[in-house]
Parts: sequence; C-alpha cells; structure tokens
Amino acid sequence: MLKEYRSIISISGPLLLVEGVEGAKYEELVEIRLDDGSIRNGRVLEVDRDHALVQVFEGTSGIDLENTRVRFMGRGAHMYLSPDILGKVFTGLGKPKTENDRIIAEKSLDINGSPINPYARDYPNEFIQTGISTIDGLNTLVRGQKLPVFSGSGLPHNRIAAQIARQSAVLGKKEEFAVVFVAIGITFEESQYFINDFKKTGAINRSVLVLNLADDPAIERIATPRVGLTCAEYLAFEKDMHVLVILTDMTNYCEALKEVSAARKEIPGRRGYPGYLYTDLATIYERAGRIKGRKGSITQIPILTMPEDDKTHPIPDLTGYITEGQIILSRSLHKKRISPPVDVLPSLSRLKDKGIGEGKTREDHADTFNQLYAAYARGKEVQELAVILGEAALTDIDKIYYKFAEDFENQYISQGEYENRTIEETLDLGWRLLSVFPRAELKRVRDEFLDKYLARFKKDEDNQEGPGA
Amino acid sequence: MEKVGRIVRVAGPLVVAEKMGGSRMFDVVQVSEMHLMGEIIEFKGDLASIQVYEETGGIGVGEPVYPEGEPLTVELGPGLLGSIYDGIQRPLDAIYENIGDYITRGVSAAALDREKKWDFMPLVKEGGRVEAGDIIGMVQETELIKHYIMTPHGISGIIKKIGQGQFTVEDIIAVVDTAKGEAGISMIQKWPVRKARPYRQKYNPDTPLFTGQRVIDMFFPLARGGTACVPGPFGSGKTVIQHQLAKWVDAEVIIYIGCGERGNEMTDVLMEFPELVDPKSGVPLMRRTVLIANTSNMPVAAREASVYTGITMAEYFRDMGYSVALMADSTSRWAEAMREISGRLEEMPGEEGYPAYLGARLASFYERAGVVKCLSSADERTGALSVIGAVSPPGGDLSDPVVQATLRVVKVFWSLEANLAYSRHFPAISWLNSYSLYNDVIRESITANVSEDYFDLQAEAMRLLEKESELEEIVRLVGIDALSGPDRVVMLTSRMLREDFLHQNAFHDIDTYSSIEKQHKMIDTIIYFYNRALDHLRMGANIRDIEEMGVRDRIARMKYVPKEEINKIDDIKKDIDSQFAAMIGEKS
Ligand SMILES: Nc1ncnc2c1ncn2[C@@H]1O[C@H](COP(=O)(O)OP(=O)(O)OP(=O)(O)O)[C@@H](O)[C@H]1O
Ligand SMILES: [Mg+2]
Repeated sequence: MLKEYRSIISISGPLLLVEGVEGAKYEELVEIRLDDGSIRNGRVLEVDRDHALVQVFEGTSGIDLENTRVRFMGRGAHMYLSPDILGKVFTGLGKPKTENDRIIAEKSLDINGSPINPYARDYPNEFIQTGISTIDGLNTLVRGQKLPVFSGSGLPHNRIAAQIARQSAVLGKKEEFAVVFVAIGITFEESQYFINDFKKTGAINRSVLVLNLADDPAIERIATPRVGLTCAEYLAFEKDMHVLVILTDMTNYCEALKEVSAARKEIPGRRGYPGYLYTDLATIYERAGRIKGRKGSITQIPILTMPEDDKTHPIPDLTGYITEGQIILSRSLHKKRISPPVDVLPSLSRLKDKGIGEGKTREDHADTFNQLYAAYARGKEVQELAVILGEAALTDIDKIYYKFAEDFENQYISQGEYENRTIEETLDLGWRLLSVFPRAELKRVRDEFLDKYLARFKKDEDNQEGPGA
Repeated sequence: MEKVGRIVRVAGPLVVAEKMGGSRMFDVVQVSEMHLMGEIIEFKGDLASIQVYEETGGIGVGEPVYPEGEPLTVELGPGLLGSIYDGIQRPLDAIYENIGDYITRGVSAAALDREKKWDFMPLVKEGGRVEAGDIIGMVQETELIKHYIMTPHGISGIIKKIGQGQFTVEDIIAVVDTAKGEAGISMIQKWPVRKARPYRQKYNPDTPLFTGQRVIDMFFPLARGGTACVPGPFGSGKTVIQHQLAKWVDAEVIIYIGCGERGNEMTDVLMEFPELVDPKSGVPLMRRTVLIANTSNMPVAAREASVYTGITMAEYFRDMGYSVALMADSTSRWAEAMREISGRLEEMPGEEGYPAYLGARLASFYERAGVVKCLSSADERTGALSVIGAVSPPGGDLSDPVVQATLRVVKVFWSLEANLAYSRHFPAISWLNSYSLYNDVIRESITANVSEDYFDLQAEAMRLLEKESELEEIVRLVGIDALSGPDRVVMLTSRMLREDFLHQNAFHDIDTYSSIEKQHKMIDTIIYFYNRALDHLRMGANIRDIEEMGVRDRIARMKYVPKEEINKIDDIKKDIDSQFAAMIGEKS
C-alpha cells in the first residue's frame, strides 16, 4: 500500500516541498491528487531527512497546502512499450494521447535510460543519402549520428527536417526504419506540418509521435525527449529498426530546465541556465548511435532555435559541444531566398570522414568537398572585398571566385523541397561548379581525381579562356 | 562490528550520511544495498557528504552507507596497456562481456585480469637489498613495453626469495625480509589516485617532444615532461589534435582520458588504434595505450575522478623510466563536474559558479607532469610525464575561468580559432596567438639533433606571417595591387606557409604525420623560395610572373611526399632556381 501525504509545506514555481515523508527515493515518480480529483505527475528532485522536494510536470497552479494529496509511487518514470507504439501518439509524459493510442505493453523501461557502454558502441559509418546537397555533399549524415539543426525563429528548419525524414535512404538497402517525432513546446501548426507530411508519404505508420505542444505544461518538457528516446532505444536495439529521431525544439526543453533550476535557487551558470546544462543535454544527445552486434541504430536530428540567432548562446553552444556537428541555417541566405538556407561554412558533420569515399559515396568525395569549402570561403571573402573596393578592383582570379560563390549558392545550396538529388548528382554538380577554376587553383584535390573528373566537366568551358592560362 | 552510516539526504550525485564518525576524508564508501561506490568529500560532525560515482536514482533516506576505510585507489600492474576503463577504473570491456550494452549500477569487475598468467623475469638476485621503487623484475607486457615490477612503497629489505616464470598478478613473486618481518610482493599494487607518486628529483624539461604535427613541432613545440593546453570552441579540432598526439607523439606510453566527452570518440580510438602502427616499431598503437572513458552521459562524480585515475597510471609508467604522454579531453568537463558537486555542497561559489579551489586543483594536476629521476636506490633511471589538456570554453571565450586558470600553469598554448576551422584550415591552431615557452629550454637539443637553422626558419616564417596579417588590413582596404613587390612576395610566401605547411590533414594517410626531418625540409624550401623571389624581384622579375610560377604546385604537394622519398623535397630548390633563371632569361 502506498501511503498518501497531505503535508505539503511550501509551493514555489513548479516545486512542492512535502514533509513527514518516509522512504521517498531520489528520482521517484510522484502522483499529486488535487481537491477536484484531478491527478498530476511529479518526480522527486531531492530528499532531505523527512522532506521531499517534488517537481510537478503539469505545474502547480491549483495545488493547495491543505487538501492536495501526494503519493510516492515507489519507482521512477517509465514508458510502456510494444511494437504497436508505431503509428501511435503519446503525450509529453508518455501517456497515450487518445483511447486509440493505448497499447498492450510488452515491457516498460525507465525513461532515463542507462549510459551505453562506450565499449559496446559501434562506430557510425553508413552513409545516409538525404537527397539534400548541402548535407550529402558537405555535411554528410551517417547512421547513428546526432546532427542538430541550429536555426532561428522564422527560418525553415521544419522543412529541412521533414525533407530529411522523407528522403533519407541508405544506398542499396531496404531495411526496417522508423521515425520518432518528439515535439517539445512547438505550436500546433508546426507539429501538424510534420504529421501531414508523414501522412502523405505513409511514414505515419512507421512513426511514434510524442507531443508536448506550446499550450501543454512546460515542465513536462523535461520528460518529453526522454520518452521519445526510450521508444527509439526499444525500436532500435530490441526490434532491429533504424530509427530517426527528430527533437524539436530543444530550446524549449532548456527553458523548462532553467525554470526548475531557478525555482530551486541554484547558482546559475551562464545567462541563467543551470551549470549542469551540458551534462543534462548529454544524457539526451548521447542516446544515439549504434551498438555492436545489434542491427538497429538511432540517428538524432535535434532542432533548436538560437535566441537572437546567437551561436554562442549556451543552448546552441553546449549542444555543439555534445553533438557530432551541426547544420546552421542563415538568415541572410533566407532573405536571398536561397532554400534550404544552410550556412555552409560553420556547418559541419564530424562523422562524414567515416561515411564517404570509395564504396560508400565516391572516391573523389573528400577532396571535392574540401575544395568546395575552400573555394566558397574564399569566394565569400572576395564578395566582402568587392563591397569595399568595387568589383572592378578584383584580380582576375578573384573575379572567378566571386562568380563561383554566387553560382554555388544558387545551384548547389538552393534546391527544391521535393528535389531528391542522388549523391552522384550532388558530386557532379560540385565538379561542374569547380570546373571554372584553373587547375592549379584546385589544390585540395588529388591529381588522379583532377585527371579523371575535371576533364569531364571542363569540356563545355573550352571556348572560354581561363585566366592566367 | 562493522560501522554502518545512514543516509539523510540525496541530491543528485551528492549523498549525505550520518554516523560516519569512524571514516576519514576521501575514504571510499558503498552506498545502499546496491553498493554504489562513492567518496567522502566533506565532513560536518559525523555527517559525511559523499560524491557517488553512479546514478543515485531510487536511493532514499535511511539506507545504509558502508565505509571501506581506504581512499580511492587504482590497481597498477601488468594488464593495463590496451585496456579501456571508466573514471574509477572499472574495465569497460569486462563490464560489456558480463552485463551487456549498457552500464548498469552497482557493477564491479577487477581492473586487472586475475586469471591471466604473465611471464615474470626476475632482475634482482636473492640476498640483494631492495628499497621502495627498485625494479625487481619484468614482464613483457606488449611487444612495445616491458612492464617493470617495482618494490612497493613501504617495503625495503633483503630479497629472500624471487620467482621466475608464469604468475598471475596476485601471485607472490618475491618475498622480502623487512625490519617488520617477511613481506610478499605480487605484481599488483594499489595507489590512492589523489596523491602524486613520489620520485627522487624533478628536472626542468630540456628535450623536444615531437608530435609529427607541423604547426606544433616547428612553431609551438612541446617538451618531454612538459604541459600544454588546447582551448577552442566546439568543432575547432581539440579532439582531433588529441587523437593525433595519441597516435604520433614520440612517447612510449599513452594515457588517453575521454573526460565527459562523446561515446563515439572513444569507440573511434578503440577501433582505429589497433589498426594503426607506431611509425618506429611497426606495432599497433593500442599496445602502448590505456584509455579512460567517462563519457558525458556517465556519472559526473566518476568524471571528476577520471583525470586522477589517468594521471596515477601515467605516473606509474613514468616511474618505470618511460616517457609517458597523457591527454585529457576535456578538462572543462572535469571542472564542470567539480562545479556541480561544489554547488550541491552549497560551497561559496567563485567565478561563473566554479569553486574557489578550481585554480588550485588544475595547478596540482598539471604539476604532476615533469621529468623526474625515478625513485630507486639501484639505478639512475629517469622518466617523463607530459600532459596535454583540452579546454572547452563557452562560446570559445578565452576569458573563461578554466582557460585562465589553465594558462597560469601550462607552458604551451595552442589556441584554436573558429575562423580557421570554418575555412577548413586544420589544425586550426592560431599562429598569431599561440605560444610555447619551451623554445629556449629545448634550443640546445634541437640545434644539436635537428638542425642548426631550426630557430632561424621558425623566426623567419613567424615574421612573414605576422607581416601578412598587417598587410591583410591594407589589402582589405585598397586591394592587393596597392602593395609593393616585396610585400606581395610576403603575401605569396605566407600563403604557402599557411596552406602548404601549417595546414595538415589528419585524415590523409601521408599528411597525418610528418617527421621532423620532413618538416624541416618543407619549411626550408618555402623560405628558400621567398629569398630567391626577393632576389629576382630586385633583378627585375615581374611580381605577376612570380605569383604564377609552376613550382608553386610542387611546393603545395610537398606534404604528400611519402617518408621514404623525403629527399625529393630537396630537388624542389633546383626547380625554383631554374624557373627563376628562365624568368630572368626571358626578360633579357
Ligand atoms: N587536423 C585536421 N584535419 C582534418 N580535419 C580536421 C582536423 N582537425 C579537425 N578537423 C575537422 O574538424 C572536426 C571537429 O574537430 P574536433 O572533433 O576535434 O573538434 P573539438 O574541438 O574536439 O570539438 P568539441 O569541443 O565539440 O569536442 C572534425 O570532425 C574534422 O572534420
Ligand atoms: Mg572534442
């Protein structure tokens, strides 16, 4: 029998302090019964002698000191699971959203998970073709990677995430896949955008939706990504599926964490976020990857909006310190109507090196992407220079770089929402753009590849005179 | 009767227990019936604050705490090399075999294999006298490393018996007659991690420690037994540099600590190192390496301990007379673990919430580096421990307290810059802001063993790069055409230095490692080009022609010259001469 307590002695923000408690455990699940019979959920943040500090997921409004009753459930928060979770919708706490979303559970797992033993991990190295050139060509995604999208308010991050979810494929393979879509405090429209897209492609039957929307309780968001990742781990490592997890918007998650920390009067770290934000985020982002001897994998695409487009804000900053690269969206490209507005220079996939090259994408991939980066970086510099000096002042070679940067943005970065480019198309496009340079400029490409590929695309340039030649 | 404490408070990784009177600061305890390992970090009366090395979810008030009566120690002995441990030396491979894919709580496994037999070779005779630190025998632990068995601390006397042949780490291999009676010695020793291992004498570093990384070896060199830090924003290349050092640094034993970083990065090392071979011996690099992996999602208290676990192992190999290099990626995560625990203890916070003792802890960690005359009464062996720490400041901001406290103690600063990383200039070590304070102390060794003109070339290259950054301002405002001929040669040469020398691709089979000989030839060639270009400019050559010279291409490809062919780099000078000659010829 679980004992009920009517001894809340203080309420502050999302927190309750309960006294006279016996045997409460840290991280234990709590049920709070209000006077009107409604039930809320909480978890124990701290126990101190006979006091328990409880964080209430649904917020504390309406809770009073006299009549509200608190029960300690004797276990942590769990998610109930079976293969039937595919196609179902859950709340941000992992409860079925409607009657139709009920399942007969085969097992339940603690939503906090356990750390994967680093020795048990298998290195992510399988190329995922997303059909988006700026990702496949320059920021290659591999199975088991965690690659966030750093966006800003009003930028089309959802479009990219949906396009990735729609088009992702591993070359030459037909395997069981699933999508876990985790909405953290986003609007109804935003979440509907994804759901409609999943419906259109039929992916909805292979998806688990965990939804905490903008008008759902804010503190619940602390549990939401963990619920989603528990589903993902179950599907990937017990049911052999390749799972793509979309977490959006992690900024809302961090705000919830900040709120709790402030209510606990903890010493804040930078800009009011708790000092343990890094570690806390890591316990979410590190729940991605591959495990030796298991068929499935978890690939994570967390999305976050950078407050004031500031990359050094603690949320993107600490995320970047944990994830394996980042896709950054640029407001200036967006204004130029380049879409998807991927800011190529600061974007990075750290696992690309293991996922590209002969037998995976193509032998020339590494060299060409290095060259494209370098050329675009120089092209951008030249463009800045031209703003000050005027285009006429540019040297001949700089004029080529200038033009290249423009073409690169219009042809390579920019692509249609439903345009699904193969990796060959992306790589060839890169060569075509590079072919305007004299060969000596292409220092980052090995001779053998220049011999083999450059000629193919150089042909149409024959009548044009290369400068310096 | 064994004393048992009782939990009165649980707050994240911190547990407070009462009735802990019999224990001492930093003693290890076991928390609850799950036997979670923890360490006492504060006493108030009989209330002990304990940092717990495992997750504390499900632990509550009233549960027992069992004192172990000794501080946190590591096991030292044959079997360390090639292992992967968590922050408190639990072997992750054994845990994987026994428990499975996830690290669950309360697991324990012996750090050193108890079953495995090692071939022990005695190196002292019965009847001889030994003191603490004296080598009594040896085990060929891997092809690369002879593991010397040293007389444990606290033991001295006459060797009464010593074995030879197959023994496990726990078997008695020798018996010593001491003042207090007979003492048996096995191959396993324990050492408390927070206490530096003793040595006879410390020396100033005086030899370079080459890493095969050009910007480091030629510009900001490390010394054997020295300290360095690599601060930089995320994605700037800290981990790649640390991995590069672990692969190619000219040390005999490597301790690599993944402290609060990514799981996949440890997997990367685990998968790659057995395949990569040491350039000198041809033996897989894993055979000289110990990995400590306490990743970001593993408990923070164990993360706090991981750097101590690692450096104690490093000192142990140093004490055998080896040159050991330790990498810690990232010390910021260690500092954050300290901050978190300190916050839970409600200590008075210093800057950015870090505890006031942050600086002291960092200093005493790096102070465990050095060149030492090892503890021994029988020989004069020296060992060295070099320490390289990555630092991850928020937003890459170098005013961060961890960066600042680190810079106060380390002698080499490799500053990674986001702008370089964005333009894919790797390693993104800034040539303008980085420094090495070892240039002077290693001067003699370098001029004697590498080349007479190493420092001249270094100074000249540096001068050119500094000049370039000044000129860049002008170019930005008025264009390159406004520069004089000689200044344009500076721009051209500096670009070569940056792109063809400093830029080094860690993932290219040849470029990943450059011997110091190759580095010297490369930079010498570029500076030679510079001087010839200035000469010919004076003789009337056209700057545009110089900028278009074909030999530039050969210079750009020097880095891809394989190590067997590095003499071919010398030929480039002939090309430079003949192309300049041709240029002047055309003119007249
Ligand atoms: N020497 C190099 N050669 C080629 N590529 C490099 C080199 N150094 C870094 N890179 C590239 O930069 C990426 C990021 O490097 P790395 O993971 O070392 O960054 P980091 O500073 O450790 O970041 P974090 O602080 O987030 O861990 C690598 O994945 C790689 O693509
Ligand atoms: Mg790193």
